[in-house]
Amino acid sequence: MKLPIGWLKDFIKIDGLSVEDIARMLTLAGLEVEEIIYAGLPLPKSKVAATDSESKHEFKTSGIGWDKDKIVVGEIYSVDPHPNADRLVLCDLFDGIQQHVVLTGAPNLFEYKGRGKLAKSIKVAYAREAATLYDGHAQGRQLMTLRRTKIRGVESYSMACSEKELGISDEHEGIILLDADAPVGTPLADYMGDAVLDIAILPNMARCASVLGVARELAALTGRKLIQPRIQLKTSGSPVKESVTIKVNEPELNPRFVLGFIRDVEIKPSPYQVQRRLKLAGMRPINCIVDASNYAMLELGQPLHAFDYDVLTDRAGRSVQIKISTRRARAGEQLTTLDGVSRKFNESHVLVCDSKGPLSIAGIMGGAVSEVYDASNKNLDVVNPEDTQMHTEDNQQVIDPKSRQGKASQRIRSTSNVLLEGAAWNFINIRRTAKEHNLPSEASFRFSRGVHPAMAEVGVRRGLQLMAEWSGGKVAPGLVDEYPLKPKNPTVQVSPTDVKRLLGIDLKVGEIARLLSRLEFKCVLTKSAVRVTAPDHRMDIGEGLVGLADVLEEVARVYGYDRIPETRMADKLPPQIGNPIFEWEEHLRDILVAVGFQEVVGYRLTSIERERRVLSPGSRQDPDYAVIANPTTPERSVLRRSLTASVLEALEKNINFRETISLFEIGPIFEPVKNKPPVERSMLAMVLSGRREHTSWDVKDLPWLDFFDLKGRIELILSALRFTPISYADIDTAGFLHPGKSAEVKVGGKTVAVFGEVHPLVKAAYDLSEAPVMAAEFDLQALRSIPSVYGIEPVPDFPAIYEDIALILDESIPASTVESLILEGGGGSVTHARLFDVYQGEQIGLGKKSLAYSLTYQAADRTLTDAEAADIRNAIVKKLEQAVGARLRS
Amino acid sequence: MLDKLSEIEKTALESLAHVRDETSLESWRVAHLGRSSPLMTWFSDLGDLSKDERPSAGQAANRVKSSLESAMQQRQIEIKSAVLARSLEEEKLDVTLPGRSIQRGRLHPSTQQLRRVLSILADMGFQVYLSPEVETDEMNFQLLNFPPHHPAREMQDSLYLEAAGRGENPILLRTHTSPGQIRAMREFAATNPTQPPPIRIALPGMCFRHEQITARTEIQFNQVEGLVVGEHITFADLKGTLTDFAHRMFGQQARTRFRASYFPFTEPSAEMDMECFVCGGKGCPVCKQSGWLEILGCGMVHPLVLQNGGYDPRRYTGYAWGMGPERQLMLRYKIEDIRYFWGNDVRFLEQF
Ligand SMILES: [Zn+2]
Repeated sequence: MKLPIGWLKDFIKIDGLSVEDIARMLTLAGLEVEEIIYAGLPLPKSKVAATDSESKHEFKTSGIGWDKDKIVVGEIYSVDPHPNADRLVLCDLFDGIQQHVVLTGAPNLFEYKGRGKLAKSIKVAYAREAATLYDGHAQGRQLMTLRRTKIRGVESYSMACSEKELGISDEHEGIILLDADAPVGTPLADYMGDAVLDIAILPNMARCASVLGVARELAALTGRKLIQPRIQLKTSGSPVKESVTIKVNEPELNPRFVLGFIRDVEIKPSPYQVQRRLKLAGMRPINCIVDASNYAMLELGQPLHAFDYDVLTDRAGRSVQIKISTRRARAGEQLTTLDGVSRKFNESHVLVCDSKGPLSIAGIMGGAVSEVYDASNKNLDVVNPEDTQMHTEDNQQVIDPKSRQGKASQRIRSTSNVLLEGAAWNFINIRRTAKEHNLPSEASFRFSRGVHPAMAEVGVRRGLQLMAEWSGGKVAPGLVDEYPLKPKNPTVQVSPTDVKRLLGIDLKVGEIARLLSRLEFKCVLTKSAVRVTAPDHRMDIGEGLVGLADVLEEVARVYGYDRIPETRMADKLPPQIGNPIFEWEEHLRDILVAVGFQEVVGYRLTSIERERRVLSPGSRQDPDYAVIANPTTPERSVLRRSLTASVLEALEKNINFRETISLFEIGPIFEPVKNKPPVERSMLAMVLSGRREHTSWDVKDLPWLDFFDLKGRIELILSALRFTPISYADIDTAGFLHPGKSAEVKVGGKTVAVFGEVHPLVKAAYDLSEAPVMAAEFDLQALRSIPSVYGIEPVPDFPAIYEDIALILDESIPASTVESLILEGGGGSVTHARLFDVYQGEQIGLGKKSLAYSLTYQAADRTLTDAEAADIRNAIVKKLEQAVGARLRS
Repeated sequence: MLDKLSEIEKTALESLAHVRDETSLESWRVAHLGRSSPLMTWFSDLGDLSKDERPSAGQAANRVKSSLESAMQQRQIEIKSAVLARSLEEEKLDVTLPGRSIQRGRLHPSTQQLRRVLSILADMGFQVYLSPEVETDEMNFQLLNFPPHHPAREMQDSLYLEAAGRGENPILLRTHTSPGQIRAMREFAATNPTQPPPIRIALPGMCFRHEQITARTEIQFNQVEGLVVGEHITFADLKGTLTDFAHRMFGQQARTRFRASYFPFTEPSAEMDMECFVCGGKGCPVCKQSGWLEILGCGMVHPLVLQNGGYDPRRYTGYAWGMGPERQLMLRYKIEDIRYFWGNDVRFLEQF
């Protein structure tokens, strides 16, 4: 919300507070000021002298201050033609000190050209020589300094300013025409210098979406007095109730509906100061009637809607009394709203109707037929307050005025009698409706966050007052006020104990009451507590325990969060249970990092097409997925089922950046359960590809990493986890792995992982290099359930004997069998058998292989003799011969 | 006689002065200390001397011998060190040639940051609590005091799963780790329903939002929440704990401020800002010229949330906060594109 400080001053005296002081106090109290935009008031010193490195900046700041000596209120007496240029005029201007000839091309002065001395002088914003302004012709906002020059033979050194030049708006079509009472010669900054606070309104601060709301907060925070709006209406003619009746059919959806009536209005522009404030607040001035409802809404927070009374009487068959009702729409009912769109409704929508049918979508947008109409404006139909679009982060839609040219209204006469609606609506219903019809507006912004029904009457009275003032209309006596559901303002009891218990500060009953009464809570003191009743503008205070929390928050805010001390918890410590699963997974991450793997984290969301490359290469037999109903992109439309797919994508992305890549990811995969949340399974996936070592300037042509490189790493990981015994076996269904180059890992007979070279079809589905790709997938729940085995092998005290043996045997016999036979044959004296060579060739015969082992013989209690070693060897060879027909290779 | 001896010594020493390497030193030894050297010849001639002359002549010859031997040793050391010096000179590497690298493993930067955060919290007595990434609307919103259609929901646009017949309780990817608050409270409360134990937990994990993937917005991000529930927990404790945390995380000089904010599941709610560590509070693009960085949102646990968790709000109070490790990294390392985190480009990951 954009809040001009000048407007704020109507409700609170801010002497002694700088704009930044105000912004800081509001920010700390929950009204975050996101930017300060200066439009006349002087910028804080630190912002002017950008070189001052010591200066402390607090807010994002933009805009311009107006030099008091150089920019003043000027008065034009006559507008004369330029001798050499048709599109320029020369103004005879007085700046309070002397006469000047001011050259301008502003089209809004052309109508005065050559009329001689004007009957009524024109007040303008006059900039003297050397004044600093925005360049009106530049793109965006660029500062420039006025310099003496000659334009078409006429000397020029000063100017009458446009809004763009003064930073009020982006308009540069014409110059500013000030109100007639502007004091000539007065510095413009004193007359209308301003600064705008751009405030983010949080959902619980909806009451502050108005000038009065912010002023009330500031009054509470500073302890200053709020200047309450005084609305006194001069009325004439017959009372409203003779012209209109109201029937509310759904009090839950429409707790209150108020109508006021003003006759004989003249549709004309609002005073300049009003237009300026509206522009600074981000709204477009339209005419005095529409502006009055917008102005009252911005000021008090109550959106209003104006109907053309005569259209309604026509619709009622010239009946004197119009019957307004509010009700749920009937399915299929239609209304052309004033943006020219024909809209269809269902029973969840609420409409304001007359006897003939719908007039407006309650609280959101009026219908085209009954809107306030300005016959003098041929191009642009008048825009009603409820439809003026606002820019907020969550809505981007802005109605382009040009798109509305020549639409619905066929009326000849401008509106002259206005019925003014101020109502209260159910905020949830408004929110849904505005969303469904994609109609965010200043009105729906406020209504969808809750506006207290008490504000309806105040809003209408303020609207009528402004309309009467600016349009010359006559307000009819009284209001028609249908108030079927009066909210009960909640009452909550707050005690010093409550304050101490939640906030940790000591406040006496009187202090609590003082803080809350600053926010207009009604406080009744008892000895030990305060009974507080929420004021008439608040919808955010609950009952009971919730109400207590709501009120305590207000106590804390007004007291000041910064004044609450910082303490260390004195409460007893909770039971110490840790988180073994989390700690285990972190330990596993550390092991993976220690064996050289880089961790990656992929998206939980993927697409079936991406995963098909791993889960069903070459076919379309996709598994079931947990599917996103509202994906932001098809690329991220299902929850992943394969973690290997995620690491392969990461490999694919990096394949050209590194010659060796080893990646892992730990995270969940999601198995769908019909109409329930999916099962989340924690997995580990690893990939390994590229050169076995890094090439360097003298080490080249290194081999590719293969199955056994990955296996070696897996062995390290499992031993670091202290798992034993570990075995490796062929897998029947290899899935994404090469059927001949893959294995499953078992710990104590339980399968915990599969790994190997990826299947050629899988590899081909990714954009990879020639290097083979190794991958492993662990089920962490299975892995985690395996107990670690603690305990160590003692370091031997006696020397060992080392011996190499080579065995020739059938090629079908797995190495692991040979190794276990060696250990078995050695009968405990062989502490280590390391395979150091595998050979196949003609020398040893077809279908045979030679395995060479380096053996370590060792006894725990003595040094073995050579004779003992020979015995051990013989036992081993014998064992191997008997078991697998192996013989010693000589 | 003795004149001859000093002649032998003089000649040998003069000759030694010209010896430059081990080979010539060996030749010199043969020539001057060898069996047929003048000195040795002189020794063998000793027998020809009279019995009286023999001892003094012998002594003199021995002196010359040891003098030559020690001169030779000295020379040998000199030659060796000269040789070493020459070879050290010749064996100079081009030290600017690149070193040979090995494969180093690393944790993902988000994991690293999560660990920094969690280890500080662990020191402060916070234990890790994990909960599912896919939740029901009830867990993610309703029990946390976000009623259906509440305006606060707009702050957290959600990704929903296709599921039928669930009415106002659809399935969604959690938008924050806060459903873990309810799960944790219920789990703790179940251990002793009449007198639930105090809680002090950290809830880390991946969260999701219905966002376009751009430099500024992501569909997934990590969050760490903290939750404290007990019988004597106050807003002042919240301020103290989080300020302590900020000092540990960002340095003892870090300045913090608390400003009022709004979250449906806490009340009072606050935003903790920290003086911008990029500009020292003077204003810069990182802090959007404000001099302050938003570090975390926090507040006292809402009474309805306590109640939904099985803790009687008349007896228990608590506070909670949430923060983003990726955001902290972005601020710390001036990372301007949030897509780096799940892009998994090693050229990014290897910088951590
Ligand atoms: Zn900064």
